[in-house]
Amino acid sequence: MSLLEVKDLHTSFFTDAGEVKAVNGVSFFLDRGKVLGIVGESGSGKSVTAYSIMQILAGTGKIVSGSIKLDGQELVGAGEKVMKTVRGNRISIIFQDPMTSLNPTYTIGKQLMEAILLHTNRNKKEAWDRAVEMLRLVNVNEPEKRMKQYPFEFSGGMRQRVMIAMALACEPDILIADEPTTALDVTIQAQILELMGTLQKELGMAIIMITHDLGVVAQMCDEVIVMYAGSICEQGTADEIFYNPCHEYTKGLMRSIPTANTAGKKLQPITGTPIDLLNMPEGCPFAPRCDAAMKICIKQRCENMQLNDDHRAACWMNVKRGVEDGSITLEGGADHE
Amino acid sequence: MSEQGNRPLIEVKNLKEYFNINMGMFRTKPLKAVDDVSFSINKGETLGLVGESGCGKTTVGRTILHLYKPTGGEVWYDGKKLETRADIQEFRKKATMVFQDPYSSLNPRMTVSDIIGEPLDIHNLYSTKQERMDRILELMGHVGLNSEHASRYAHEFSGGQRQRIGIARSLAVNPDFIVCDEPVSALDVSIQAQVINMFDELQDKLGLTYLFIAHDLLVVRHISDRIAVMYLGKMVELADAAEIYDRPLHPYSKSLLSAVPVPDPKAARANQRIVLTGDIPSPLNAPSGCPFRTRCRYATEQCAAEIPEFKEVEKGHFVACHRTAEVN
Repeated sequence: MSLLEVKDLHTSFFTDAGEVKAVNGVSFFLDRGKVLGIVGESGSGKSVTAYSIMQILAGTGKIVSGSIKLDGQELVGAGEKVMKTVRGNRISIIFQDPMTSLNPTYTIGKQLMEAILLHTNRNKKEAWDRAVEMLRLVNVNEPEKRMKQYPFEFSGGMRQRVMIAMALACEPDILIADEPTTALDVTIQAQILELMGTLQKELGMAIIMITHDLGVVAQMCDEVIVMYAGSICEQGTADEIFYNPCHEYTKGLMRSIPTANTAGKKLQPITGTPIDLLNMPEGCPFAPRCDAAMKICIKQRCENMQLNDDHRAACWMNVKRGVEDGSITLEGGADHE
Repeated sequence: MSEQGNRPLIEVKNLKEYFNINMGMFRTKPLKAVDDVSFSINKGETLGLVGESGCGKTTVGRTILHLYKPTGGEVWYDGKKLETRADIQEFRKKATMVFQDPYSSLNPRMTVSDIIGEPLDIHNLYSTKQERMDRILELMGHVGLNSEHASRYAHEFSGGQRQRIGIARSLAVNPDFIVCDEPVSALDVSIQAQVINMFDELQDKLGLTYLFIAHDLLVVRHISDRIAVMYLGKMVELADAAEIYDRPLHPYSKSLLSAVPVPDPKAARANQRIVLTGDIPSPLNAPSGCPFRTRCRYATEQCAAEIPEFKEVEKGHFVACHRTAEVN
C-alpha cells in the first residue's frame, strides 16, 4: 500500500460564471521517502491538487468526487476533526511566498512554537527547545536570538527556511512544497533545494514538489506528473519524462526551454494560449494548441494509458504510433487522421 | 543575435546612482544602488545583465534612460554625451523600456490603441488621426496582435499578450535601443518562448539594440551576445555569452551559474553545485573592498582592503577580482 493514494480526484470552484473544473480526474500514488514533482503552467491545477489533499481550498472550491487515502485512511469526506489531525502532523505544506505566509506581528519563535504546541503534547519550555532545534536543522545561525525576532528582520531565503522548519516540526510523513523557491534568487534557491534534499533523506519523508520550473524537477524529483488544464498528461519516473516524453504537451514544454544548445537559434514555443477552464473542449484539452492534433483528439479525450512500468501518458499519438509499428491492433477501425 | 557593426551605440562610463535613505531625523545615508559601472553596447547587439535581486541591474537600466538622474558618471548615445535636458528629450525618442510586470505597467483605464499611441502623442509623431491609427495598427502587427484588439482594455488580455502590448508601446517611437527589464519572468514557460522569439525577430527586422535584464540565466544565455554579471551595485564580470557560461572567471559568476537548475536529470545529478553560504549583504552596509568577499571562499585581506579593478584579463573578458589568477 502506498503512503498516499489519490484516485480520480475532481475539484471544482463554483463561481458566478459557472463551474471551473480545476482538477479533473487526477490519480497518483506516492510512496514513502519519494519525491514527486507536479509540473504545469499557471491554471493547470497543480496547486489545487495539493490544496485538495490538505483540504484547504478557498471558499468556493469543493472536492466533487474521488478518493484520497493516507495510509489506507480515506480523507475525502472524513470531516474537519480528522483533517486537523492530518494537517501539520502527517502532511505539511510550505507555500510559494515566504513574505506573506508568516504573520508579521508575531515573533518567529512564537509562530514556530504555535505549530508544536498545537500538534504535540510538549509544554512551552519543550516547545521552545524543539523550535530552536528545528531552526538549527534548517541552518539558521544563532537560533536562540532569531527566535525573538520578527519576520521583517529575516531575508527571503531565511523566511523560507523558517517555513520549512515550521512544516517539519511535527515530523510529517509528507511535505507538500508549493513553488517553494519561485520567489527566491538562484543562489538562495540552490541553498533551499539542497536543504530540502538533505532533510528528505535524513527524515525519510515524502515530498510533493509543485513547480513550473523543469530544472527544479530534474534536480529534485524521482517521479514526475505533468498537468495541463486540470488533468494529468503524463506521469512517470523523472528519467522517462525527460528523456522519453510521450505527450505532445510535455514535448512542447521541453522544446520551449532555452538551453545551452539553443543560443543563436529560434526557440520552438507552444503556439496559442492556455484554454479557458470555463469552456473545456470535449476532446483533449491540449488539442487546440497541439501541432500534431488528429480528428480524434478534438472529439474524444485520451485515457491515461500505461506505456511501460514507469510511464503513463494520455495522448492519442501513442496509439497512432502503436498502430503504425504494430504493437496495438484496433478493433473496428477508429478514425485517426 | 547579430554582430553587425562594432561601433558602440550606448556607452556607460563610471555610472553611479545613490539613493538617499532616511535614517531618522535629518540623517540620511546613501544607498549605492549602482556604483561605478562602465560598459558599452554595440549597435544591433544584445547585452544581458544578470544578478540577484537588489544587485542594481534594474537601476542601471533606468539610470541609462535617465528615469533616475545619475548621481555621477556619463551616458553616451551614438558617440554623443547626454548633458542637457534637450539631449535627454531627444534620447528618449531613441531609447525605450519594456517593464517586467505586464499587469501593473499598463493603465487599466486606457484602450490598447491609446496605450500604444501615448508615446506618439507625447512626441508629436503624427499629423493626422489616420496616420496615428495606421502607425498603431502597424505596431500591433509587429508584435502579433490583431487590429480588432485595438479598442479593448488591458484586463481582457492574458499575461503574454499584455507583454506584447508593452513591447508595441516601446516600439512606437521607432527606437534604436530598448531596455528590457525582466520582460519574460512573469510569463509561463510556453508563452515565454513565444515572447523571446518575438524579441529576436524584432531585432532582426528593426535593427534594435537591447539591454536585456533578467535573473533567469537560461533565458539570458539564449538571447544575449554578451553578458554582464552584477553584484551589490558593481559589475563583477563581462564577456561573450558562450565564454561566460563555459569559463566564468569571477567566483560569484561561477556559483551563480552552477546554481541554475538544468532541465536534465542526469546532468543535475552530475552537476557539482557551488552553494554559497549566507545572504547577499544589505547595500546600506556593503562590505569594504570587494563586495563579494563576505561570501567568497577565496577572500583574503587584500579583498577587504581594496576595491578590485574591473579590468580586461583576456580580449573582451572583463572581471573585477583580485585573485583571478589563483582562483582559476
